[in-house]
Amino acid sequence: MNTLTSSLRSSQRSPRHRLYTSMMLAMLAGLVVSVLSGVVQVPPQDLLAALVAPFFASAAPAADSGIAHAVLWELRLPRALMALLIGASLAMAGAAMQGLFGNPLADPGIVGVSSGASLGAVMIIVLRIDVLGAWTLPVGAFCSGFVTTWLIYLLARPSRFEGDNARLLLIGIAINSVAGAMTGYLTYLASVEQLESLMFWSMGSLASISWTPVLTIAPLVLFGLVVLRRQAVPLDLLALGERQARHSGVDVTRLRRRLIALTALLTAAAVAFTGTIGFIGLVVPHLVRTLVGPGHRHLLPLSAIGGGLLLMIADLGARSLDPPNEIPIGILTASIGGPFFLWLIARRQPGGGY
Amino acid sequence: MLSIQDASLTIDGRRLIDAVSLNCPAGSLTALIGPNGAGKSTLLSLMAGDRPPSDGQLTINERPLESYSVRELAAWRAVMPQDSVLRFAYRVEEVVRMGRALRDLPVEDDERAIGAAMQDVEIESLAQRNAMTLSGGEQARTTFARVRVQQTPILLLDEPTAALDLRYQERLLQRAAEWAADGHCVVAVMHDLNLAAAHADRLALLDRGRLVAHGSPWEVLSRHQLEAVYRQPVCIMRHPDRDCPVVVTTAAPSPTPTATQSDARETVT
Repeated sequence: MNTLTSSLRSSQRSPRHRLYTSMMLAMLAGLVVSVLSGVVQVPPQDLLAALVAPFFASAAPAADSGIAHAVLWELRLPRALMALLIGASLAMAGAAMQGLFGNPLADPGIVGVSSGASLGAVMIIVLRIDVLGAWTLPVGAFCSGFVTTWLIYLLARPSRFEGDNARLLLIGIAINSVAGAMTGYLTYLASVEQLESLMFWSMGSLASISWTPVLTIAPLVLFGLVVLRRQAVPLDLLALGERQARHSGVDVTRLRRRLIALTALLTAAAVAFTGTIGFIGLVVPHLVRTLVGPGHRHLLPLSAIGGGLLLMIADLGARSLDPPNEIPIGILTASIGGPFFLWLIARRQPGGGY
Repeated sequence: MLSIQDASLTIDGRRLIDAVSLNCPAGSLTALIGPNGAGKSTLLSLMAGDRPPSDGQLTINERPLESYSVRELAAWRAVMPQDSVLRFAYRVEEVVRMGRALRDLPVEDDERAIGAAMQDVEIESLAQRNAMTLSGGEQARTTFARVRVQQTPILLLDEPTAALDLRYQERLLQRAAEWAADGHCVVAVMHDLNLAAAHADRLALLDRGRLVAHGSPWEVLSRHQLEAVYRQPVCIMRHPDRDCPVVVTTAAPSPTPTATQSDARETVT
């Protein structure tokens, strides 16, 4: 018996290792491809030279290396990194929400956290609130995201409505429409130049990302990953339902508060800088679960990697599918994620599993 | 070890538990019995610390239940619920392992304890199965194994045998009785009076939230007591080799004279 389990264990560990390695490699490859391709035509050898230049101080600068350097280091790299970070935080937020609600269909976009957070952001833009300087917008997005998540949780209380997946989704519809109506009214009030930045919220975009947001969001994503990863065991136990989780030693009240704060933080960080990008939090944890099972120890980090990878590829598509125009990334993820969501619902098993 | 002192629970003006005092010492298997809605599961959830009583007190080792943290409580008591929930496709072995996840027990014992608990209820062959696809009985056995690896001095079982066939009913309750004999404190809500009589050394009979009898199976399972509480005529026999009481129902008595009279009057008019 023991040898059986231990042999099963070791045979499972190595594919998991391979999965981590291959996903990291794919991420690296994706990063290089993202950085090398784009609308501005720069010879790849110049880009490569610009890419390696800082690491080899002796390398002689080419004639027009100025452009290559600027395109690579000031435009494409921050943008690709931002895609990685946003994708990671959305996917982790999705995985954490699904654990909290015990519902594989929970996603910051679908249940309304994203629209709640973007309502906060829109409110700050249109009403010209400016109490915390440059931080007003992210903080406002976080606060409204937090309140929305809490509200959704109170309404959907998984313990009281066990197995009622539809309830959460119905609440999501209501929250989305209320937040949408309020955002719509604020948009109506907005001036022309405010309208332009509001368009950005409604569709989501990674264009015009500089190093500042990348450096702002990086620590948040890292913090979210580390703290969430430490909740892996309680999150697993939460799959037994709140009552049994408590019997097994999980302080459900504290865990819930923590998870709501973290989901709101990760979602708001994404929304504050890139607007609403949907479905990453739904698609990625689901795929990871089919690969490594539902255990949060691997689900959370692999979702982070996978989410980053997926959004980076999506952004590459957004930039290169219709040159020289850019497809708003939110529209692209929604057009892929929507059908995926339908497919999930369609193949729903009678036992309630997905 | 686990003691209830004059505990009551009132929810929305309804008195679900009414001044119950019960002492469940280490080394005993207490069965909570009683008709539907008597408050058996409610009393068990008070014992589990799911909610505090409206009046009275519950203590574990003379310390009030509310003074334990969630984590401490998980080291003292394990609870097997009536129906188990699982929200994602964990494997059976992972589910059993969850019982130990937040216990500060030596890690090197994990594999042995988990293997033994699974073997005990014969679910080793299901170890790699998706636990969401189990039958009711397999689910109950998995939950029993999970509760067991939590290794707590107190075990609270809420109708542990409801979904099980004869073999596993017997097996599971034998195991529970062995734990009790080893010095654990085991409390089980049971519907089947005969299983309770065969395996528990103490029975606590509840009726409409009140504890109406407490003692050995022969003391509690008396005919007039059961007929009063269950409103069903019964007959008590002796088990051929276990020497414990066996309760069987008997046919309803003939209609009461008043009923016949009113029927007669109706036919006349």
